[in-house]
Amino acid sequence: MQDPDMGVKMRNQRLLITVIPHAMTGNDVIEWLIQKYNITEEEARHLGGLLVQYGYIYPLRDPRSLLLRSDDSPYRFQTPYFWTSSRWPASELDYAIYLAKKNIRKQGELVDYEKENYSILHKRINHTWDFVVMQAREQLRASKQRRKADRIVLECQEQAYWLINKPCPGAFDVLDLGPERCNVLSSRVALIEHSRRALGRNRVKSSICLESFMKYSEQYLHHDPIMSGCLPSNPWISDDTSHWTINTDMVGTPTRLRVERWSFSFMELLNDSMGRREFMIYLEKEFSAENLCFWVACEDLRHGESSKIILKVEEVYKNFLAPGAARWVNIDSKTMERTLEGIKRPHRFIMDDAQMHIYFLMKKDSYPRYLKSELYKNMLAKAIVPQETKKSVFPFMRRQRHSSPSPAMVTQATEDDGKAKGAGPTGTSSTTNSQI
Amino acid sequence: MCDQTFLAITFGPCDSCSENPVGRQSRLDGRSQRATKNICSCCSPFCPFPMACQGLASGETLKSLKAESETLRKKLEEERKKLHDVELEKVAEKAEALGELNMKTRRTLKGHGNKVLCMDWCKDKRRIVSSSQDGKVIVWDAFTTNKEHAVTMPTTWVMACAYAPSGCAIACGGLDNKCSVYPLSLDKDENLAAKKKSVAMHTNYLSGCTFTNSDMQILTSSGDGTSALWDVESGQLLQSFHGHSADVLTLDLAPSETGNTFVSGGSDKKANVWDLRSGQNVQSFDTHDSDINCVKYYPSGDAFASASDDSTCRLFDLRADREVSIYSKDSIMFGAASVDFSLSGRLLFAGYNDYTINVWDVLKGTRVAILFGHENRVSSLRVSPDGTAFCSGSWDNTLRVRQEGRGVVRELKQGGTTPYLKNIFLFN
Repeated sequence: MQDPDMGVKMRNQRLLITVIPHAMTGNDVIEWLIQKYNITEEEARHLGGLLVQYGYIYPLRDPRSLLLRSDDSPYRFQTPYFWTSSRWPASELDYAIYLAKKNIRKQGELVDYEKENYSILHKRINHTWDFVVMQAREQLRASKQRRKADRIVLECQEQAYWLINKPCPGAFDVLDLGPERCNVLSSRVALIEHSRRALGRNRVKSSICLESFMKYSEQYLHHDPIMSGCLPSNPWISDDTSHWTINTDMVGTPTRLRVERWSFSFMELLNDSMGRREFMIYLEKEFSAENLCFWVACEDLRHGESSKIILKVEEVYKNFLAPGAARWVNIDSKTMERTLEGIKRPHRFIMDDAQMHIYFLMKKDSYPRYLKSELYKNMLAKAIVPQETKKSVFPFMRRQRHSSPSPAMVTQATEDDGKAKGAGPTGTSSTTNSQI
Repeated sequence: MCDQTFLAITFGPCDSCSENPVGRQSRLDGRSQRATKNICSCCSPFCPFPMACQGLASGETLKSLKAESETLRKKLEEERKKLHDVELEKVAEKAEALGELNMKTRRTLKGHGNKVLCMDWCKDKRRIVSSSQDGKVIVWDAFTTNKEHAVTMPTTWVMACAYAPSGCAIACGGLDNKCSVYPLSLDKDENLAAKKKSVAMHTNYLSGCTFTNSDMQILTSSGDGTSALWDVESGQLLQSFHGHSADVLTLDLAPSETGNTFVSGGSDKKANVWDLRSGQNVQSFDTHDSDINCVKYYPSGDAFASASDDSTCRLFDLRADREVSIYSKDSIMFGAASVDFSLSGRLLFAGYNDYTINVWDVLKGTRVAILFGHENRVSSLRVSPDGTAFCSGSWDNTLRVRQEGRGVVRELKQGGTTPYLKNIFLFN
């Protein structure tokens, strides 16, 4: 729960000429916030507004409108007793007493929703109604004995409190919190075990880790559309989807940024389907394509359907691991032994060791060579750098926003007649240009 | 008439400061009150609810266990400190300073009748699924702002929703303690609810769900303190993760190479890193002062950020095994509900309960911008998969997609910008 502790810090008060002591103007509140927290006026106004809405400050002139006005309209601090954070339960009895007092004091002063609440409460706690009325009378009598100033202050405080806690229906209820949560027991022994294990872990020096963040941010700086903009234009701003169409999975010529990204890390290359395809072509030339095929098959096993696990393991064994297999992969003997043992009881993660071995093999060996190869360099040279579209001369023109085919439909299409996603994106790109 | 004694609450002055009004209980039949001191909340020392003594078998063992865990904790702290040779601010000094960030709302998605609790992007970078308090889950094409599918769940407070990587299904759940998967069909007459598949079963509300790298497995976190990995087809539990001592509120899957870990944050102020395969709690961080509402991995997978009710966001490094940065400001007093990184990891977007979104510079630790616009608290926030925009869902029933006016780092090429006016004329 939020725990603002502002009452103590904010004793910036001014005396108003009227009877009410210790009041301050809205402007003062905002100025003080700006000064103390070093923030802009907009933020100070927003923050002050929230304070009013949560009931820590209440307006004197127009108590029903919970806004912070940045002029000289007077405000006062709510007494800590009534603070939202003290969570004093606003029980029905208290509310009933409050409404009864209001009713007695001046007949017909209750607003519509208050009248409704009053009658509802009257029905619900009818058995204690005498006491409610008696209490109300008692409190009114006690308050009459106080000084006028005090009386007004107490009245204002109470009114402000109830405005927050029982707001007008339809108005914004600031105390809306969401569903309740409950807690579960803790266990010390597990904690101790965990701490022991944690002590034994290898840690890396902070300087190395933090340097890596710097490097990462710098490397990806030009690829981040929010930081460096995107070419030809950001689709959300210009309503032009060409940025997406030139970056689809299987496009003829990829963009330069995309090809550059393949050189950042091996995972980037594999995650991009075009990159993967290119890498496969390269490996075929080097006669080591079975490594990538094996890796793909293992990924499929790991993330695929549970029912097909046994089948898939069989296939992988037949194609890649069995002695004399068509695409035999070269793993070290220990891992091979372990994997073959495990195949007898196949489960989802059985190929993990072998897969990891092949992955690192590719990463250390084939991947760096690929980056230096002619194939990659040609790709880079061919790659296009799209022109940035000039902002339209006619600011009133708006491009038609066409919907793209839903991925669900696209996969259905590929299953049906093999017409791939090529149909979809080109369709949209041709209709997005709505020049005069 | 009645033989019950009624206690009424009257207002009287506080016993110690004689100033603030205090509610006192007095018996209405006039007999003397209990001799208790009635003091106002200003004067009384803070009294937390007494911790329930939960089944103390023998006081000795518990005490010794407690002492042992304390010493281990202190040792761990020392170990962590040894390798901490530099602060992030120092390292980030040579990073380029960021220019002014000018993000505007480009799309406002209206259509939910009640608070938006969660949202997720589709891999096609333009579709969004969002869920709300009244049980409705809507799939939007955020680019055109059209609603494509709408499902009504039989439960309210749908706190978690996720889009499948293939874009063919969505998963959602909430107070019904289950996670249900709906395959998205394009037949307009088809009732999506009919094809629903219940995948996960927890004993308390579902707080978060996400698909792992394929459509076939779902990772869920729940208010019963556990997270679990499920197989979608059979609904079988593949692995469960125990270790939080209170509700688990959030989880995120690691983007790392081996793709085998995830991080979860809970009401017990801890963030735990788990191994998917073994179910073990690999690392744990407990420097927050209050519930952790959201955790997100840094794009490289070496760190993660968390947002908490203590109004701070923190960055934890996994290799250094410690917290490396805090993102907070005195003027931010409300809890943070949701965080996400921009594509390069340089910016951290955080949505708060005071209806604003603060954008932080991850490396320098300073606030780059504050974004207004929502009229109630921001409940969830995600950057799109290609980083072109980010979407925020709020309790004011809307979702907003925002983007930068021009790149933050690039210099201005064209002089003078024409004001961009939307939806005025359509030319055919």
